[in-house]
Amino acid sequence: MRKYTPKDNVQGKAKYTDRFWVAPRVPRESVETDEHFAAVDAAVRKQVEVLESYIELGQLVIHIRPEENLAALRELKEHCDYLMCSEVSAIDYLAQDGEFEVFYQLLNLKKAKRVRVLTRIREDQAIESIVPLYAMANFAEREMYDMFGIVVNNHPYLKRIIMPDDWVGHPLRKTYPLQGDEHAAWYEVDKIFGKEYRDIIGPENRDPGRIDRYDSKRFSRVGHEVPFGAEEPETEEAHGPEYSKQLLVDYTTGSTVLDKRK
Amino acid sequence: MAQHQVNYASTGGLPVALTTVDKLLNWGRANSLWPMTYGLACCAIEMMATGASRFDFDRMGVIFRASPRQSDVMILAGTLSKKHAEFARRLYDQMPEPKWVISMGSCANTGGMFNTYATVQGVDRIVPVDIYLPGCAPRPETLQYAMMMLQKKINRESANMKKNTKQRFV
Repeated sequence: MRKYTPKDNVQGKAKYTDRFWVAPRVPRESVETDEHFAAVDAAVRKQVEVLESYIELGQLVIHIRPEENLAALRELKEHCDYLMCSEVSAIDYLAQDGEFEVFYQLLNLKKAKRVRVLTRIREDQAIESIVPLYAMANFAEREMYDMFGIVVNNHPYLKRIIMPDDWVGHPLRKTYPLQGDEHAAWYEVDKIFGKEYRDIIGPENRDPGRIDRYDSKRFSRVGHEVPFGAEEPETEEAHGPEYSKQLLVDYTTGSTVLDKRK
Repeated sequence: MAQHQVNYASTGGLPVALTTVDKLLNWGRANSLWPMTYGLACCAIEMMATGASRFDFDRMGVIFRASPRQSDVMILAGTLSKKHAEFARRLYDQMPEPKWVISMGSCANTGGMFNTYATVQGVDRIVPVDIYLPGCAPRPETLQYAMMMLQKKINRESANMKKNTKQRFV
């Protein structure tokens, strides 16, 4: 008989990995290759300090200092005709560099050209609002504040926009767990019934379609071959089948929050 | 039906139907279930189709009402986000007794594919559900079938809601 190897995570592993494979990079071109972008770059360089600039996928990318974002964008809007700001957001590089990358995506409607202005800020650093220049940035900066916790100075109404106001944490940070922290798991229960109801309702069932591969009673023995003559491993019979405890719960006891509402 | 005119004197008395109060009340309740006009996500599109002329919920006595105060049934059609859970529960609280809940679609049943921080993992965490309706999204026929199942359930129940040992919050 073949030696038994656990088949839990067969699909998680790559079948073939190249030892010398290098992830492809997007090619970068010099600013001088495009006449319009060369002029834009020169105009911005007159106003603020440009750390780096290049053309990537037909778009001009300009790296600037975070303190000078308003000056750079004002130059682009008022003298280079970048009248539309299509997106403002951030990328979490806290684990790699201890910084956020904030980007402003601008569009020149006359020439159909796009510019991306990039700047990097530390976790505790705030950035100046660009709402005086682009009214569109109002919601986008609120979303940036909501999702990353980046404080925007002089914003007209800096408040969470997607998550509830009393939410804890910033979901788009890489450190935020996808299925939520403890606060997120109990958010609706705490809000509607009060914390004392946590025990009654019970934890979230995150995987209702879970198949226990050692449960040979309800499922076939997939990936669980037992050598001939060997003793069967312990199944559910020892501790009985698992049923949701919720089915047997008595809901006649009141919760403080609901009673207050009545 | 003029040819069937009843002559009480010859047939031996008044036509009398015997029933119980429970059956009479449940008959009335089951045949005029008024759901609340309340859509959460794409399942609501199927719910709208069920209410419209092709599938025609009206013929079953199911008429969508725009107020929770006039509704008997809450169809939770779609993904319930944690931010909105409070308001869904508030609407449920505003409905007068007796009331029933249909959880429509995978997202409402279990959270579906939204295994994330922002989605309620099954609406039975906040309201007691009578009928779980699988599908993503369920076809209008499926919703009609769920409503028929709910009618069956109502007909089996006691008309006095306090006697029903249902899973429900207060």
